[in-house]
Amino acid sequence: MSTPPVLALRGISRRFGAVQALRDVELEIHAGEVVALVGDNGAGKSTLVKVITGVAPADEGAIEWEGRPVRISRPHEARALGIACVYQDLALCESLDVVGNIFLGHEICRAGVLDEVSMERRARELDLLDTLSTGIANVRVPVTALSAGQRQTVAICRALLSRPKLLILDEPTAALGVSQTARFLDLIEHLRERGIGVLLISHNLGDVKAVADEVAVLRLGRNNGFFDVLTTPQEQIISSMTGATDNAVTHRKAWEAVR
Amino acid sequence: MKGTDASGDPAGPVAAAERRPAVRERGLRVRAGECTHKLRTGDVGSVPVVVVLIMIWTAFQLLDHHFLSPRNLSNLSVDIVGTGLIAVGIVFVLLLGEVDLSVGSVSGLAAAVFAVLNVNNGTPEWLAIVAAVLTGTVIGVVQGFFFAKVGVPSFVVTLAGLLAWNGLMLYVLGASGTINLRDTGLIPALTIEYFHNPAATYGLAALGATAYFFASHRDARRRRAAGVPYRPLGSTAVRTAGIAVIAFAAAFVLSRFQGLPLALLLFLAFVVCLDVVLRRTSYGRKIFSIGGGVEAARRAGINVVWMRISAFAASATLAAIGGLFLASRVASVGQTSGSSNLLINAIAAAVIGGASLFGGRGSPWSAVLGILVIQSIASGMVLMGIETAVQYMITGGVLLGAVVLDSLSRQSQKAHGRA
Repeated sequence: MSTPPVLALRGISRRFGAVQALRDVELEIHAGEVVALVGDNGAGKSTLVKVITGVAPADEGAIEWEGRPVRISRPHEARALGIACVYQDLALCESLDVVGNIFLGHEICRAGVLDEVSMERRARELDLLDTLSTGIANVRVPVTALSAGQRQTVAICRALLSRPKLLILDEPTAALGVSQTARFLDLIEHLRERGIGVLLISHNLGDVKAVADEVAVLRLGRNNGFFDVLTTPQEQIISSMTGATDNAVTHRKAWEAVR
Repeated sequence: MKGTDASGDPAGPVAAAERRPAVRERGLRVRAGECTHKLRTGDVGSVPVVVVLIMIWTAFQLLDHHFLSPRNLSNLSVDIVGTGLIAVGIVFVLLLGEVDLSVGSVSGLAAAVFAVLNVNNGTPEWLAIVAAVLTGTVIGVVQGFFFAKVGVPSFVVTLAGLLAWNGLMLYVLGASGTINLRDTGLIPALTIEYFHNPAATYGLAALGATAYFFASHRDARRRRAAGVPYRPLGSTAVRTAGIAVIAFAAAFVLSRFQGLPLALLLFLAFVVCLDVVLRRTSYGRKIFSIGGGVEAARRAGINVVWMRISAFAASATLAAIGGLFLASRVASVGQTSGSSNLLINAIAAAVIGGASLFGGRGSPWSAVLGILVIQSIASGMVLMGIETAVQYMITGGVLLGAVVLDSLSRQSQKAHGRA
């Protein structure tokens, strides 16, 4: 590939006490690419997210950001690079309105007073609120009054405020209904068009197949195959997740096929 | 007293109005439908407390025609100030979803510190005032430290404070028990000084209404320039007219007795400033966010420990200032200063006015509305010669009603949020 990946993980290992959570994990995400990270419970998906976001730095291995080696040992270092993450619980303030939540911690002030007008305008300029047509007609309603899908949009807008190059979405469709999920998948397409690299962590292979370019399977803390979404049958991904095809030859082949 | 209500009323609805979708050129009917929708979904705002207040006033006026007399209302407007300031402080802590039980004792201790320094030791008055207020601040920081840093529940920390600071007050007062304040000076003047000139009273009313109009209008202009929804001029005019009517009615009543009480003016100044701090600064936004979701606030990079300590410091500082007003009202500091009754009234005022015990909702104006309700009940009962026992029961009933409303509105909001 001509341009280096936005993020490349090389031989990442992470240990929690006696538990080897990750071992020699590889992963590459390019700009404008949606990579799905799948795996059974305890496969190390969340740990990998924590490694990337600096919450739980890697013990071994190298991280490359746009081709140059970097160290991510604190959350704010990840943010400074341009990594944003939307967690499963969204972490929104119930009583604040949409604009308040999007700008929380990064309020725009004028002469020491909150500049609500500028914030509201910029919130609208993110144009996700409109293009998604998630029905957030009014950016001044408290988040309590929003549906799960709308809340998710707010959380993603919040993550996009810092103009990240890599967006990590942790189990984004877990709490969504069918139509909300459809809208959400539209949103991911939209992000891809904007050239943002997306790492999508999901259990739902249907969603993954619908939107991802590439699937990386984790099993018991190791890579267990990289698959091209268009050409790989779902059964093969599932067997890779569950360990039915747990051997080095298959996932090397798959890896080469992708490259 | 209506004076407080006058400027008090704006803030509740105004606060709500700012969040309301002020989409341009919208019909009245749409807006009315929106209001009912808000009410149905549990966003009741300050409507119930205003209704309750009107009911209380009507009832007492029917029972005793002295109730709405200029003299009684004017006295009421001074009576609310001490406890009202303490309630405003409690709003800071309630916004976090915590509670401060020590404010009564802190207010008594601050008054005792002032009295002992100024009267017994002859310290200059300004220095004694500074010392009394700082006593409150330091206490707040200490309590906030134990809550936010050490992790002791705020209920326990401030319960310990309730006992300890009351004990310290008795110790500071010493054997004498009661100290009478001097007749002259700033502190006595706080509650006996009036601006007799009607120009001052009506001027304040005019100033409030004009300031509201220009602030809203400027905001609308900026919004229009920025291309975001704004409130049409007509709507702003109607609101301003509403505020002006209440403000001038209050000014009329006050000018028929002594004029504008200094205490009321200072109280309103405090409330307006703190309202701006809480609603329009990034500090206030952070306080609200912690009450709405600590985890979200933490992930947004907000220093939760420091914010919590600062809120407890604000609460105790305002308690100390309120204590000075209370001491000024009775012209003495005694062993019963800062009694538990005071604490109950202050917390009840904040909650009745619409501050949520669950955090994230409330404003200094809610404390104003709440203390008006409580003090009106007290004043009416005294007028009619009803014993305190009944007064406690009625205040208790109103408080329970307010908390029930708070809980129901939360449930309703949740239900509609999921819908």
